[in-house]
Amino acid sequence: MTETDLELDCRGLLCPRPVIELAKRIGEVAIGGTVAVAATDAAAAYDIPAWCRLREQEYVGAEPADDGVPRYLVRRVS
Amino acid sequence: MYLDTASSEPLHPAAREAFLAALDRGYADPRRLHASARDARLILDNAREAVAEALGVRRDEVSFTSSGTDAVHRGLLGLTRPGAEVAHAAVEHSAVLHALAWRDAPARQLRVDRQGRVDLSDLGATEVVALQHANHEVGTIQPVAEVRDRTVFMDACASMGRLPLPEGWSVAAGSAHKWGGPAGVGVLLVRKGSPWRNPFPADDRVDERVSGFEDVPAVLAAAAALQAVVAERDEVNARQHALVDRIRAAVAQIPDTEVVGDPVDRLPHLVTCSFLYVDGEAIVDALNRRGFEVASGSACTASTLEPSHVLAAMGALTHGNIRVSLTRGATEADVDAFCAAVPEVVAELRRDAGL
Repeated sequence: MTETDLELDCRGLLCPRPVIELAKRIGEVAIGGTVAVAATDAAAAYDIPAWCRLREQEYVGAEPADDGVPRYLVRRVS
Repeated sequence: MYLDTASSEPLHPAAREAFLAALDRGYADPRRLHASARDARLILDNAREAVAEALGVRRDEVSFTSSGTDAVHRGLLGLTRPGAEVAHAAVEHSAVLHALAWRDAPARQLRVDRQGRVDLSDLGATEVVALQHANHEVGTIQPVAEVRDRTVFMDACASMGRLPLPEGWSVAAGSAHKWGGPAGVGVLLVRKGSPWRNPFPADDRVDERVSGFEDVPAVLAAAAALQAVVAERDEVNARQHALVDRIRAAVAQIPDTEVVGDPVDRLPHLVTCSFLYVDGEAIVDALNRRGFEVASGSACTASTLEPSHVLAAMGALTHGNIRVSLTRGATEADVDAFCAAVPEVVAELRRDAGL
């Protein structure tokens, strides 16, 4: 698993909660830092990249966490 | 205020009148030879003639099915050869996707751009393409006439009656309750010379392309509504297009909002937008409490808990989504009342979410 500066466990949260968590907490990492959002909600696969586009942050990609749950990686650029 | 005509349009007054007039005359089996049967047959033939004229097709190209979905299934499956790959836009209606999934054959999904318009550069060797006339969720019009050297099945359920049919299709499907006819009537159009064959068991009815006893009064009502809608559409479309522009401009003022679909080359009566951090079910409920009835493509509003495949394919935000679609009679005052309510509702829901 890719190392990140902040890990958000959003397993079990339904949309739009994972995106809200990301928005609330991305400020905790420095510019250039990365956040991982582990989410079971199906909409996160579309809404985290869409959030990055709307909020002008960088969507790095998705990878499976150790338990197989998708982990979405976001780099804070502003 | 009903703002969900893209799901189902209220019955057009012309449909009601025709339906009531036909109820007492259209009960007999139109295949029989007695007077009552001839009466039913005459009504059915008149309806077929009226639909053909309204759509600019031949009378023998028009069939009435038991729903828009049935017209889609018959229309599409009747064009495909066993095992042959079929291409389809990623944003086709679920009726198309389910029909393709039901086949034991590959399907080639065609990408769409951010507006939801299909990319036709990757058709490969596929002979049959399923392409909608206009998207049912975001309104974007597809380039049906630009498909070259392929047989096209066109799902026109969202547009039939509202827009003239384009060129370039071989078989098309429509749904009467989307234009102000009754539910339970679909239209299947099979162009003369098309390679279409009935994919389902035959039935010994008036029209060999379909099955089941004809609902003659409903078919006549659907035809009457279609004629009326086509006659009125220049005026209605211009008005609805301008009202939708008004909604698009108003919601775009709300921070962190995405207005989805082509702003110009679109269905006249509908618009879809998504509000960041807003729960789709909550916004539908909140608007309903204020008297505004809208649809949503967000996952939490779907029985499957999957977000709209249309929004997903476009790369649009899927949560906090609403689809607003206007009635024929919608006014500027209606739209302004809606546009005043939406920013308040969105702000309330974001506040509740702690943002």
